[in-house]
Amino acid sequence: MKNIASKLPSEQYEKNFSDLHPPFTQNSAVAEANRCLYCYDSPCMKACPTHIDISTFIKKISTGNLLGSAKTIYESNWVPLTCAKACPVDVLCEGACVYNAKGEKAIEIGRLQRYAIENYFDKGMPALFHKAPKNGKSVGIVGSGPAGLACSAELALLGYEVTIYEANKIPGGLNTWGIAPYKMRREDSLKEVELVKSFGVDLKTEVMIGKTVKVDDLLKKHDAIFLGVGLGESPQLSISGEELSGVVGALDFIEKVKTENWENVHVGKKVAVIGAGNTSIDAATEAKRLGAEQVFIIYRRSDVEMSAYEFEYELAKKDGIVFHFLTSPKRIIGNSFVEGIECLKMKLGEPDIHGRRKPVPILRSEFTIPVDMIIKAIGQETKSSFLSSIPKLTLDDEGCVIVDRTTFQTANPKIFAGGDCINGGKEVVNAAYDGKHAAHGIDKFLSKK
Amino acid sequence: MVDLSINCAGIKSPNPFWLASAPPSNSAYQNCKAFEQGWGGTVWKTIGEPVMNVFNRYGGLDYNGQKIFGLNNIELISDRPIEVNLKEIAETKKLWHDRAVVVSLMVESKRETWHEIVKRTIDTGCDGIELNYGCPHGMSERGMGAAVGQVPEYCKMITEWVTEVSTIPVLVKLTPNVSNIQLPARAAKAAGADGISLINTINSIIGINLDTFELRPNVGGLGGHGGYAGPAVKPIALHLLSQVAIDPEVNLPISGIGGVSNWRDALEFILLGASSVQVCTAVMHYGFRIVDDMIEGMTNWMESKGITSLDQIRGKSLPRVNDFGNFDLLNRTIARIDQQKCIHCNLCYIACEDAAHQCIDLTPVNGHNKTEVREKDCVGCALCSLVCPVENCISMVRIDDGSASKTWNQLTEEFRKNGKQMTWENLAEFQHKHGIEIH
Repeated sequence: MKNIASKLPSEQYEKNFSDLHPPFTQNSAVAEANRCLYCYDSPCMKACPTHIDISTFIKKISTGNLLGSAKTIYESNWVPLTCAKACPVDVLCEGACVYNAKGEKAIEIGRLQRYAIENYFDKGMPALFHKAPKNGKSVGIVGSGPAGLACSAELALLGYEVTIYEANKIPGGLNTWGIAPYKMRREDSLKEVELVKSFGVDLKTEVMIGKTVKVDDLLKKHDAIFLGVGLGESPQLSISGEELSGVVGALDFIEKVKTENWENVHVGKKVAVIGAGNTSIDAATEAKRLGAEQVFIIYRRSDVEMSAYEFEYELAKKDGIVFHFLTSPKRIIGNSFVEGIECLKMKLGEPDIHGRRKPVPILRSEFTIPVDMIIKAIGQETKSSFLSSIPKLTLDDEGCVIVDRTTFQTANPKIFAGGDCINGGKEVVNAAYDGKHAAHGIDKFLSKK
Repeated sequence: MVDLSINCAGIKSPNPFWLASAPPSNSAYQNCKAFEQGWGGTVWKTIGEPVMNVFNRYGGLDYNGQKIFGLNNIELISDRPIEVNLKEIAETKKLWHDRAVVVSLMVESKRETWHEIVKRTIDTGCDGIELNYGCPHGMSERGMGAAVGQVPEYCKMITEWVTEVSTIPVLVKLTPNVSNIQLPARAAKAAGADGISLINTINSIIGINLDTFELRPNVGGLGGHGGYAGPAVKPIALHLLSQVAIDPEVNLPISGIGGVSNWRDALEFILLGASSVQVCTAVMHYGFRIVDDMIEGMTNWMESKGITSLDQIRGKSLPRVNDFGNFDLLNRTIARIDQQKCIHCNLCYIACEDAAHQCIDLTPVNGHNKTEVREKDCVGCALCSLVCPVENCISMVRIDDGSASKTWNQLTEEFRKNGKQMTWENLAEFQHKHGIEIH
């Protein structure tokens, strides 16, 4: 990079990446829990993709039955700490809280869930569930992200021999690598992995299915397979200059922030993030918090069309991120290093097949933003080459695995799938739902045999 | 122009808010500070026999995150000598002519001892005497406090010893730890008391520590019954107040006590016949400053109602205190849910379904549940409207026109006249005639 942002004092990094939503103290948790109306058949429960019995777990916090509270949560969701910290609660449970309809502040469900689950880990993860005796059948789980973990936990308790194959050295998938540190630290994700391992699940890391182990061998070894492989790389921008030093993918960048000492993660003095989804916001705010002086988000459409949640947009604005809407990157300028990005002004035209108005370039509207670093955050590609190599699997137009939405069974009856690889990239909580319910799909399938 | 001043058994104060005989009224410093902030009167913390307190003496009852919904104590009467208290009382009264200074007394049950303390108290220039017959702990075991209040004969005897020498008004403070509060009140009246104060604190054990099994408050591993007070006791106090206030054999001015925390509470006591109100727990929780809102809130309320003096409303609710047998059995209400206001918490549904009469239907509509009252089955119990968290969302609507009024007493009398027994069959016939079906 041409101009690298200067390092910050180490305590400044800690401050910049400190909890966005700090934990409750006991008193404040109980006070908040008591504020909950304990609705019957509550809207928050319906809004949660995993249907956690929220009002019940909150009631249990109010009486000091914290173990019971954790149990209620785990009955529906195997990665509740990640969900508590990373879920877009504003559009899910807290958005559905009846207090909104009263014009009052919604119950802080995410923070209460965090309180119950952190207490559970602090207490040393005492056993909450009865584990069925071994049934002699084995299931291989590909990927240790939220979908894989949820599927593994559920199957292990049902009596299956479960082996997780994780390509990375450190498990947890995007729960470990992909969540901004001010939302969640890596250790939290690893605690959830430990819990699943404690059910007798065998976790094999640095095993790349399709490379280290062949898919056929896996199918021979196990009675069923669950694919929770997530998505792959950021796609190319396909503009000139993309090979220059200083152009990085958003996920690589975010992963670095989660794995390396912050002072060793270089960011440019001026950074442009291409795309305006939730990952773009993470990348932009992280670059800013690492010391970048100016961070821009460049997006072809307007704020109305962008996929970032409202609260993420607000967070970015608070961090001083500058948004260039209706702006499309044309080429990256520089010799060996990025020096700037030439953009084109856009206007919105007719709606496309998804109903979103198509951006149309405005002629001769080129302008250049001088930047030292460009972060590509225009989504993730599916792992289509890997997925196509699996016998009898069918993929949709977007490259996602096609499954039965009840059993999560693919066209290959022995193979089940869930999470980002079937939905193209949703929330952790959706993956947690898929994994758990796929486990029951697998159980149903194998019990018949 | 609103006038908050009151006259309670000849004791006058610029407003009805008095400190109760309790820790907040322990010293000249505290009472003078309270007066500076606007309190109309004080009942000086009980002076009398030598006592020594234990260190840990209060237990709080918290509810759903609300601190000190109730408070109990095992503190005794003033643990400072009589001389010190009398000197401070005289100094305080000298500084605060317009405020009521009442002195609470408790000495051993000897006529001469009472005569002496009463005379010395009058010499301070104070406005009245309150006899502490209520303290439920520590003193009662020594034959004082509640030990007196619970036996009408003792109550009468000691009150007579006081009234025969007192030249100032005498209030008798009653304990609620009796089965019929009217008996000690009548004894006080018979002995010449000028007024009644009630209630003193209620016998209680506030709670147990689930880790150590110790009682709260815990004194070196031991605990025991203490006096219960605070917002939680207000309904009990209101009931006992009404019982004394409606008793024609008592007919004395009353200073109301028990969970008064704000002007609204105070008005309820006044509507049931209290002349002044006494406050302790709310001050122990928040300090003397609460009197500002009490005065202002009551004044504003009176102005909004066009009331200029508390005399105009004192006892106004007493005629409504009545027996069940006189309630109209055919005064029919049912619940109606305002669908526009409903936030779909479904609390009305589950309360009615599990705890009342199963007359609210829950039907899924557009992703949420619609709650609707099946009116023909609704008994109008009002539980749903009580659990509903939204103001005015569930209202209790009267559906009869009042023409068919019938009380239980009238009904039994009617049956008697017609030679009918009060049987389930005869009662069902009456209900059926009026379209009332009980499932």
